[in-house]
Amino acid sequence: MSDQDLIASDIEAYLRQHEHKTLLRFITCGSVDDGKSTLIGRLLYDAKMLFEDQLAAIEADSKKWGTQGGEIDFALLVDGLAAEREQGITIDVAYRYFSTDRRKFIVADTPGHEQYTRNMVTGASTADAAIILIDARKGVLTQTRRHSYLVSLIGIRHVVLAINKMDLVDYSQATFDAIVADYRRFAVQVGLHDVTAIPLSALQGDNMLQHSARTPWYQGPTLMGWLESVEVDSARLQRAGMRLPVQWVNRPNLDFRGFCGRLASGRITPGDRVRIQPSGRESNVARIVTADGDLPFAVAGDSITVTLTDEVDVSRGDVISSAEDPPEVADQFEATVVWMAEEPLYPGRAYLMKIGTRTVNATVTEPKYRVNVNTLEHLAAKQLALNEIGDVKLALDRQIAFDPYLSNREMGGFILIDRQTNATVGAGMLRFALRRAHNIHLQHLDVNKEARASQKGQRPCVVWFTGLSGAGKSTIANIVEKKLHAAGVHTYLLDGDNVRHGLNKDLGFTEADRVENIRRVAEVARLMVDAGLIVLTAFISPFRAERQMARGRVAEGEFIEVHVDTPLEVAEARDVKGLYKKARRGELKNFTGIDSPYEAPESPELRVNTAQSSAEEAADSVVARLRELGLIG
Amino acid sequence: MNRTHLQRLEAEGIQILREVVAECERPVMLYSIGKDSAVMLHLARKAFYPSPPPFPLLHVDTTWKFRAMYEMRARMAQELGMELLVWQNPEAVAQGINPFDHGSQVHTDVWKTQGLKQALDHYRFDAAFGGARRDEEKSRAKERIFSFRTTQHRWDPKSQRPELWNLYNARKRQGESIRVFPISNWTELDVWQYIHREGIPIVPLYLAAERPVVVRNGTLLMVDDDRFRLHPGEQPMLKKVRFRTLGCYPLSGAVESEADTLPAVIQEMLLARTSERQGRMIDFDQAASMEKKKQEGYF
Repeated sequence: MSDQDLIASDIEAYLRQHEHKTLLRFITCGSVDDGKSTLIGRLLYDAKMLFEDQLAAIEADSKKWGTQGGEIDFALLVDGLAAEREQGITIDVAYRYFSTDRRKFIVADTPGHEQYTRNMVTGASTADAAIILIDARKGVLTQTRRHSYLVSLIGIRHVVLAINKMDLVDYSQATFDAIVADYRRFAVQVGLHDVTAIPLSALQGDNMLQHSARTPWYQGPTLMGWLESVEVDSARLQRAGMRLPVQWVNRPNLDFRGFCGRLASGRITPGDRVRIQPSGRESNVARIVTADGDLPFAVAGDSITVTLTDEVDVSRGDVISSAEDPPEVADQFEATVVWMAEEPLYPGRAYLMKIGTRTVNATVTEPKYRVNVNTLEHLAAKQLALNEIGDVKLALDRQIAFDPYLSNREMGGFILIDRQTNATVGAGMLRFALRRAHNIHLQHLDVNKEARASQKGQRPCVVWFTGLSGAGKSTIANIVEKKLHAAGVHTYLLDGDNVRHGLNKDLGFTEADRVENIRRVAEVARLMVDAGLIVLTAFISPFRAERQMARGRVAEGEFIEVHVDTPLEVAEARDVKGLYKKARRGELKNFTGIDSPYEAPESPELRVNTAQSSAEEAADSVVARLRELGLIG
Repeated sequence: MNRTHLQRLEAEGIQILREVVAECERPVMLYSIGKDSAVMLHLARKAFYPSPPPFPLLHVDTTWKFRAMYEMRARMAQELGMELLVWQNPEAVAQGINPFDHGSQVHTDVWKTQGLKQALDHYRFDAAFGGARRDEEKSRAKERIFSFRTTQHRWDPKSQRPELWNLYNARKRQGESIRVFPISNWTELDVWQYIHREGIPIVPLYLAAERPVVVRNGTLLMVDDDRFRLHPGEQPMLKKVRFRTLGCYPLSGAVESEADTLPAVIQEMLLARTSERQGRMIDFDQAASMEKKKQEGYF
């Protein structure tokens, strides 16, 4: 009895049957030209997943945008955002849902355009199986090789080679056989061994649900038949060593300490001896706790809460594992990375790495090579650009528990996160830990300004306060430093107090000494910018030439001149240190504003007036300006 | 042993809920009282058992929900022992925004879209769980499970983070937030089947009963209280109806139905020929409207 009949006659029986359906997630690889959208649309249509209003909408859409001359354009079923629809392209990963009498399916659909590598890797990362589409008229193309390589890289073991548009080659067996033979040579090369080739016409429905009378020479499964019967990897994962990455520690009261997580592999039973990695401590499983009562066991994929028999220290990021077969622990790895951001991967830069439930700092070395995804050639590379794939070495700031990606996706797959934008910039797969002899020699890394700044998660610069004595430079700079510090920014404030007594104690107040004073301050500021700091300087620095010199010591955009523009009368009236009085009495020579000129900046990055606003307000405007310039987050 | 599709979906939902609690400072669960919210709440109880879910519930209220929904809201808050926050946009209250005078678009925008942003800002929540599903609507098929929002709550479809494996990137800067959809991968059938299997309480309006309705523009509207403005000559009549989705009662279309048990509702749904959102009038206002609403911050 089919689903539809059973639904009508005995809904309770149908629900019991449907409840026992398994789930298969798969990805379709190919471009619109191969008929990919048509294929997915046809699967949804044949699985009766379309309602009348959707069909009506599709029919209307088909007339407006369709390419099938008014016939239903199945491709439009799988179309998404309005912007894309207008451009006639898809730009991302979309997920579709349907079910048959035997299984429920989630399809990841990815477009065949520039962002292809990123999108396909994303869609494939959660897939159990892949359909690689080929246009029978064109055979194995460059993109077919690329799709196959990516499917293999992401570790999908079950693949259909869907040779589509057979109607356009008169259902020729010779054509089909030639393409299959051509493809198999390549598939073995990339490590795909379980490949089933099916001759199809998604448009006409041949070999989709039923064997087509037009391909009597084909004896293999239909596409739907294959999807309904292909093994999901659960059995293999359940046989693997037990791994429970701890997500959250549940402590409702002092008597209960439950460790929550989703079992990445294996099987767990109360009484099991477990080892907590990376610490290596051991204990036994006491209970597997759920809201519906304790469980006798749990298997890979289950979200569970376990308690242990001993009071061991376990926190988020640790992995509870089988004591006989624990995961390795290491802090240096060789890994394959897929780059997903516009800004390239820079060797030496620190990224956040999220693996399982652990987030650590990771530094990437220069790539060993990058892979030409079309030819599989290994090419020399200094960095990885968007959609490039390469092998790198990773150094972490602490030890983690892991398994190689090929044996356990959950324990070996990771993402890289930019520390400043928080964007996900890369995805990677751990291949193996580096032994001591292979340790990364960090001195070989290019530790430069960028690397240092990146480790601090900031953009370095000099904020150069200039103005008359008593204008409020030090006061404002101090408040700014406090605010930046509170926001987690690494700073240093250079002013008369900490420079004149040490570095510059040999200098007096002659014009030559004042020039030398500023030259030294500018050099120190430059070194500190090189160290990745945001440097604040508070010196009268009366001469334009010296300030220009200081500006020239750092890169463009790194010098922020702040003119603390307090009128002489106001500064003199304040006279905090009594210097103006001394100067007026002639006891101080070359005093700026009295007997030595102050050359006001012509176009500072910011001008603040402390006669009109408080020091606090002035400091706020400095911080706001830095934010505006993109120097702080 | 093979886990069923519902077991896999449940495990995924629980993992998502826990991940947010572990990584975010001030999460909240948006509670709309509908069936998707009911499932999400049930998952939350399972995820944190024996602790209560470590976040409050937030209902962005429009004052125009069905009375039966308000009764359910009170009941759930009491049973769960969770904090329930109710937010009514004070400007909408002051202006008396309603679907009759202002139309569905203004009503929904002011009460729900603006109200939600106000509530999130007011309580400074940095993560909000929502019960949206990818199969509901085309523009949602590409939505991430962790959907990043700017400080202005805007959703930029072009700069969403790639989501790989089960690794969710919940990092954000001060003022930015994420919307998290734990039941993204569920279909309408999955939701119903799970409610049935787990015995999850739902608002009785989902089951057919005799209710006073009028027919307007081909849509059956329930006259739930005396604020309903009858057109001249309109007379409420009793019909056996149920609702496929619940929202503001003057904006929710009913369907005539005999299905007064959950299996019967599922049966009708599976044999039906119109999709779920058709009963929800806010989607009709303009093409690709859901995508536009999302960019403006609705969900």
